[in-house]
Amino acid sequence: MSAAAQGTSKAAHGDVAPKKKKGPGALATAYLVIYNVVMTAGWLVIAVGLVRAYVARGSYHGLYYSIEKPLKFFQTGALLEVLSRVFLTWAVTHSVREVQSEDSVLLFVTAWTVTEIIRYSFYTFSLLNHLPYLIKWARYTFFILLYPMGVTGELLTIYAALPYVQKTGLYSVTLPNKYNFSFDYYTFLILIMISYIPRKSIGRLHFPLQKSAIRKTGYTG
Amino acid sequence: MDALALEASGKKSSNAGLGAPVSGAAPAKRKQAKKPKKAVVFFEVEILDAKTKEKLCFLDKVEPNATIGEIKSMFHRTRKYQVLYLPVPDPQWYPARQSIRLDPKGKSLKDEDVLQHLPVGTTATFYFRDLGAQISWVTVFLTEYTGPLVIYLLFYFRVPFIYAPKYDFTTSKHWVVHLACMCHSFHYMKRLLETLFVHRFSHGTMPLRNIFKNCTYYWGFAAWMAYYINHPLYTPPIYGEQQIRLALILFLFCQIGNFSIHIALRNLRPPGSKTRKIPYPTKNPFTWIFLLVSCPNYTYELGSWLGFTLMTQCLPVAFFTLVGFIQMTVWAKGKHRSYLKEFRDYPPLRSPIIPFIL
Repeated sequence: MSAAAQGTSKAAHGDVAPKKKKGPGALATAYLVIYNVVMTAGWLVIAVGLVRAYVARGSYHGLYYSIEKPLKFFQTGALLEVLSRVFLTWAVTHSVREVQSEDSVLLFVTAWTVTEIIRYSFYTFSLLNHLPYLIKWARYTFFILLYPMGVTGELLTIYAALPYVQKTGLYSVTLPNKYNFSFDYYTFLILIMISYIPRKSIGRLHFPLQKSAIRKTGYTG
Repeated sequence: MDALALEASGKKSSNAGLGAPVSGAAPAKRKQAKKPKKAVVFFEVEILDAKTKEKLCFLDKVEPNATIGEIKSMFHRTRKYQVLYLPVPDPQWYPARQSIRLDPKGKSLKDEDVLQHLPVGTTATFYFRDLGAQISWVTVFLTEYTGPLVIYLLFYFRVPFIYAPKYDFTTSKHWVVHLACMCHSFHYMKRLLETLFVHRFSHGTMPLRNIFKNCTYYWGFAAWMAYYINHPLYTPPIYGEQQIRLALILFLFCQIGNFSIHIALRNLRPPGSKTRKIPYPTKNPFTWIFLLVSCPNYTYELGSWLGFTLMTQCLPVAFFTLVGFIQMTVWAKGKHRSYLKEFRDYPPLRSPIIPFIL
């Protein structure tokens, strides 16, 4: 939930951020604000819902138990996804102005926006216990296209930022200094890009696995 | 793995309480033989796989005062013969790897639990779960502590490919760097010797994957710290000799303190036993901290690393100290809670790790 908190507090300075961004900047920022606030609320409600379901059922053996582990594993991944989005927004796109006019930014912002609209509606309808099959279908199906689209946009954006980071030494600390510490943001970004391979291939499996786990156990949430 | 299989047959005994359950078998059986003709009701024990419910083993004529530890050995022995005479693909389930429980999803029974005191009929049904490959605590400790010792020295002697080639095999011009190397090396040598000669472990083994996790942590941080302390561009502490002297005193004081606590804890428990007692201050003043704290070994450990941080004035060292502190606090709180649960008369003044605070 730190990502949500970060999002809301940083977006409080929303009047500053949109000015620095052009085009999709203002819309993306506003959307991210709404997204983070609603995500927090939605997630809390879901948590309460799960607890109530557990109490009503009387036991968690079998049913929930078989979803619990994979969901827990991927939810940690989902948290990392949220954190990575905040990172991409502020630590890359916002910080390196030269990158803001790149097409890759439009690519991942579009992917995120469409994903979130579907996801938000999915949660809303689920809470009202009135989930139209269309939304559920859309969520799992659009994911197949939107996920690679978002990942590609993110990677291209980071890649575009690299030369500017190296030139300006952005967010980097060099020796000697009295704390005997150093940090090279350029190398860090490269490591982030490499980490996309394991992180995103696991993330890519999230929905298909969730879908099959739910189908197998008949869990209706 | 062979060492563990050997331990299962009771041939080996180490400084840990590993031999305890097996060595208990012989005296009990002897006592049994000396008793007058009393009708002994033998138990039958069947062991089922907790997941598949498949019958894995059937033991008849099991003595009522047999312990779970002994039953594990018997189970292992039947598996051993199976492996020899049948193409059994499964690995040998030596006792350390076995989790025996009354209920497939229940808690694991302890090695010391006695058969006739368990809520079972004369045909006892137990469920077995494979804990996976196990590794002894001693092995893990020796491996995870030798790494930092060696790695730090690689950076200290500036072996090639770490820093720029012109610095290969040079030495730092700052005497605090030499002092830091001595302190760091002393610390890990002390840990190795304590592992071999001082500590008495209540559980012999842990899952094999822990060794990878633990080594990554210790070795990784050691490399990270050593890189900066031994760097050609290292900056010595701001307040110079005063700061270094104070840091060294703190470090040494806490090293002695930590060692004193380890000795005191060792003396609480006679060799081969698993008795649990409340630790109290002894004649050694370094143990008087037991009045205020449940786990002073962690308190002193924190103090040592604070000293090392002050001595080197290095941010990665501060990070290492912080992470270690968080982990030790978690352990201390757990230990403190189990003391409170086990002993009604546990001294109320004590805090888990920091007097009055935490």
